[in-house]
Amino acid sequence: MSAVDRTIRPADSERRAAKRRRRGGVWRRQAIDGYLFAAPAILGLLIFTAYPVIYTFYLSFTDYNIIKSPKWIGFANYREMIFEDHLFHESLIRTLYFSALSIPLTLGVSLIVAILLNQRIWGIAFFRTIWYLPALVPAAAAAALWRWLLNSDFGLINNYLLDLGLPAPAWLSQPKFTIPSLAMISLWTGLGSTMLIFLAGLQGVPTHLYEAAEIDGASWWNRLWDITIPMMSPVIFFNLILGIIGSFQAFTVVYLLYTPTGSGSAGPSDSGLLYLVYLYRNAFQYFRVGYAAALSWVLFLIIMGLTFIMFRTQNRWVYYETEAS
Amino acid sequence: MSVVPSPLTHERLETATERHQIGQRGRRRLGQVTAYLLLILGGIVMMVPFVWLVSSSLKSPEDIFLMPPQWIPAHPRWSNYEEVMSKLPFLTYLKNTLIIAFGALAGQLLTSTVCAFSFARLRWPGRDPIFAVLLATIMVPYTVTLIPTFILFKHFGWLDTFLPLIVPYWFGGGPFYVFLLRQFFRTIPMELDESARLDGASSWRIFSEIVLPLSKPAIAVVAVFGFLSHWNDFFGPLVYLNSPGHRTLALGLAALQGLAWGRDMTHLVMAVSVIMVAPIIVLFFFAQRTFIEGIVLTGIKG
Repeated sequence: MSAVDRTIRPADSERRAAKRRRRGGVWRRQAIDGYLFAAPAILGLLIFTAYPVIYTFYLSFTDYNIIKSPKWIGFANYREMIFEDHLFHESLIRTLYFSALSIPLTLGVSLIVAILLNQRIWGIAFFRTIWYLPALVPAAAAAALWRWLLNSDFGLINNYLLDLGLPAPAWLSQPKFTIPSLAMISLWTGLGSTMLIFLAGLQGVPTHLYEAAEIDGASWWNRLWDITIPMMSPVIFFNLILGIIGSFQAFTVVYLLYTPTGSGSAGPSDSGLLYLVYLYRNAFQYFRVGYAAALSWVLFLIIMGLTFIMFRTQNRWVYYETEAS
Repeated sequence: MSVVPSPLTHERLETATERHQIGQRGRRRLGQVTAYLLLILGGIVMMVPFVWLVSSSLKSPEDIFLMPPQWIPAHPRWSNYEEVMSKLPFLTYLKNTLIIAFGALAGQLLTSTVCAFSFARLRWPGRDPIFAVLLATIMVPYTVTLIPTFILFKHFGWLDTFLPLIVPYWFGGGPFYVFLLRQFFRTIPMELDESARLDGASSWRIFSEIVLPLSKPAIAVVAVFGFLSHWNDFFGPLVYLNSPGHRTLALGLAALQGLAWGRDMTHLVMAVSVIMVAPIIVLFFFAQRTFIEGIVLTGIKG
């Protein structure tokens, strides 16, 4: 018995060792494959994100025009931005104004439309398509189209406003109409996708809640206010963050809406000089690259800060179903 | 309006409930009518710019300024399209746009799937922390990386070529798509990989013969949205392309608007806009489900 034992044991452990070795080989093989397969993303992360973010940070402390090498100037760019550059202040305030106008408008209208489109009525698929289509228009084409629609003498909008006996403003040449025009365009182009995200969220709201409310005799308004909005608050929150990030990076439409009046123009008296348009000007028209770098870091901080505040305060106004149970 | 009596209503006791139900149904019907009205009126408002776009693109430079506006041009000028394609270089711009879009998309599809496969289904040290960092970079605004990337491409001598608009997409194709695909790949049972591995299959075979064929819907989302983002891109071409011959459709459209030839170009601008919009709408009707799923998944906005 013991002899048999002795003859089996070495063979057994050898086999086990071999198995372990084989499995170790499999693991190592898999780890090598893992790095190889993920290599493009890791390299991309290093080359196109990590290095540029750090380098931009460095450039923001320099005076740099691409041709001569960067010269270290400490906090001078940031100091200029905060204490001297009124265009920076104006573009920031204008961007906030644009956000304050366009985000509630787009979110509000999209939510109402999503609720209307979340019914089992005849032809609903057709209506969903109609309401979504403008979201497909490329920004460059949207700007061209709206420039024509808003034309003060021959534009369709003013034509109908005059027919209705309403004043026909000079949308594109009067500074006070610039940001409202942009908000209107961003409603037209932004409604579709925001609405779809809301619609997906609405389909997740359990119908038994509405049924129960209906039995209790709750009105349409009560159901909207006490069921839909609380149940949808995480989706509203999500769309709000996307809206803020998007509006702070608005560029193409404003850039193109006014380009025909002069390259890099931002509308009458620069009334459409949003933050990113100002940043672009500094980087690619004035070649104040160091200053533009500082501007982009400030933008980064603003976006991070706003997102952080939203996440920190969401407990107060976002309702997650799991908390209740 | 006829109300179909419910089977229970022949019992006298039910009349109160019945009346209540009728009231409720009436209110619901009213609500539906209001909803229809709002949907139709608003829908018309949303569609008017499209109709006006197509209508304007078929007008002559004289007819376009007629007041009151003509919705259906008396003499539709199809030659506007011919003019932008043959007399103006928009055929070249279209070709440039397609080269960039498909060049970038190819890289995006290939590398985002491969990378997502590694993050979802291969085990290697450091995988999850690296993925978390990758995911966090979604937050970084593109302006923060713009200047150094521009300088880098300038060093390579790539300015005014298509390479800056294509090559970066061969490096994972954007963290968002990697994330989206990884989430999808993780829903495929791991046992498939394990048994294939026992049969001696390599990682590449597992990827290409098991995971990819099962992931067509997710890959379609990446393909459609990747294509859209390149087709629509204005900022990238604006920064990297200078010479007129290298313009994309979006840049060409902007340039056409900036031209002052002593005559109005609105009809041609509208024709080019139609050329930019039409393929996307066609794509939408072919891949409607993919679009809708994609937007819900990605939250990407126009």
